[in-house]
Amino acid sequence: MWSSLKREIRIGVRQSSDLVNSLFFFLMVLSLFPLGVGPGADTLRLIAPGVIWVAALLSTLVAMESLFRNDFDNGAIEQMAMSERPLALVVLGKILGQWCLSGFMLVLLSPVVGVTYSLNGAEILATAVALALGTPTLALVGAIAAALTVGSRGAGVVLAILALPLYIPVLIIGTSMIAAAEAGLPVTGYALWLAALLMLALAFAPIATAAALRVSLSH
Amino acid sequence: MLQTEGLACVRNGRQLFEGLNIQLQAGELLRIEGGNGTGKTTLLRILCGLYSEYEGEVHWELDHYPAYVGHRSGVHEALTPVENLRWHGALHGEDISDAEISEALSALGLGRHETGMPCGHLSEGQRKRVGLARLLLRPNSAWILDEPFSAIDVEGVDDLIGMIGAQLDRGGVAILTSHQEIALTAPVKSIRLRGTE
Repeated sequence: MWSSLKREIRIGVRQSSDLVNSLFFFLMVLSLFPLGVGPGADTLRLIAPGVIWVAALLSTLVAMESLFRNDFDNGAIEQMAMSERPLALVVLGKILGQWCLSGFMLVLLSPVVGVTYSLNGAEILATAVALALGTPTLALVGAIAAALTVGSRGAGVVLAILALPLYIPVLIIGTSMIAAAEAGLPVTGYALWLAALLMLALAFAPIATAAALRVSLSH
Repeated sequence: MLQTEGLACVRNGRQLFEGLNIQLQAGELLRIEGGNGTGKTTLLRILCGLYSEYEGEVHWELDHYPAYVGHRSGVHEALTPVENLRWHGALHGEDISDAEISEALSALGLGRHETGMPCGHLSEGQRKRVGLARLLLRPNSAWILDEPFSAIDVEGVDDLIGMIGAQLDRGGVAILTSHQEIALTAPVKSIRLRGTE
C-alpha cells in the first residue's frame, strides 16, 4: 500500500501537468466568481462556502478522471489484480497518493482562497479543516466511479453523473461548516460529521473500487 | 499443475472455444496457436483469473499466482525501469534490491544507460523487455506470456527462449501464444484455436 502511494506521488510529480490542471481549475473557478458577482465583501462572504465546495468537488472530479486511466492502458492494473496483496489496499494507496497531490493542495490553497473571499482567520481555519476532512472522502468515492468507467469511452461525463450525487452529503456538511464559522457558531459538530463520513468511505470505498476494477478488467 | 475442464467462452455473441481440456505437468510448455481474433488472449486472461465470463473449471496447483506478461507491458512511462520493477516487487510484498533488478535487466539486454531514464523514452521493444524482466525477479512457477516475442529483436528472442528453457528445467510451466516456431528441447504441447462459426 505504501509503495503504491509513493509510486503515485512520484508519477504525479514527474507528470505534473495533470496535477497543475486540477489546481488551476480550482483557482480559476474561484477567481471567476468575484469577477462575475462583483467584489463586495458581503456578497462574497455569502457565496464563499458554496463556491469553495463546488470548486473543490469539480476539481476532485478532474483529478479522479486520470486516476486509473494510465495504469489501465499500460497494463499495471492487471498486475495489481494479480498481486498477492489485497487489491483494495493497493488501490487505497493509489487514492491516498493522488489525494496528497490534489485534495491536500486545495487545503494548502485555502488561505489564498479565504483572503480572496474576505474571510477572517478563524473562518479560513474552518475552511481548511473542512477541506482536509472532506476532500479525501470525495477522492475515495470518486475512485469507485473512476474504476467503473475506466474501460469505456466518454468516461468523463459518466464519471460526473455517477459521482456527483454521492458528493451531496459532503457538500452540504462542508458548506454548513464554513457558513457556521462565518456566523460565529461552533463548528466541531460539522467537523465530526465530515470525519465520520471519511471513516465510512475509508472502510468501504477501497473494496468497492477493487471490485469495480475487476469488472472493468473483465470486459 | 494446470488442469481445465470443459472450458468454453462466448464473447460478443461468438463462441470462441468450447470443451477445452488442458492438462499441463511440471516442466511442460503449452503453446496456443490460432489466427487473430480466435480467443488466444481471452484464454490466457481466463487462466490468469482476469476474465471471469466463461464456463468450465480451471484448477491450478501453485504456490504463487502465475506471472503474466500481456500485450500491455504493465510499465509506467513516467517511471524508470528500476522504479517500475521495484514497485512490482512491492506489489507482492517483496523487497527487491537494486542489484537484483539491474541483474535481471542486463539479462534482458538493458544496460545502465537505459535503466536510468523514464520508460517513456524507451522503445516499444525495450519496454517489453522491462515487462519480461519481472519474470526473473519472482519465484513464479507458472509463466503466462501473450505474444512475448513481438517487438523484440533476434537476440532478445534467443535470450527469452533461454529464459523459458531454464524455467521449464526448474520444473515450472510456461503458457504462451506465438505466431513463430520455438526451438526448445523441453516438451511442447500445443493447442490450436480455430474459432467456431
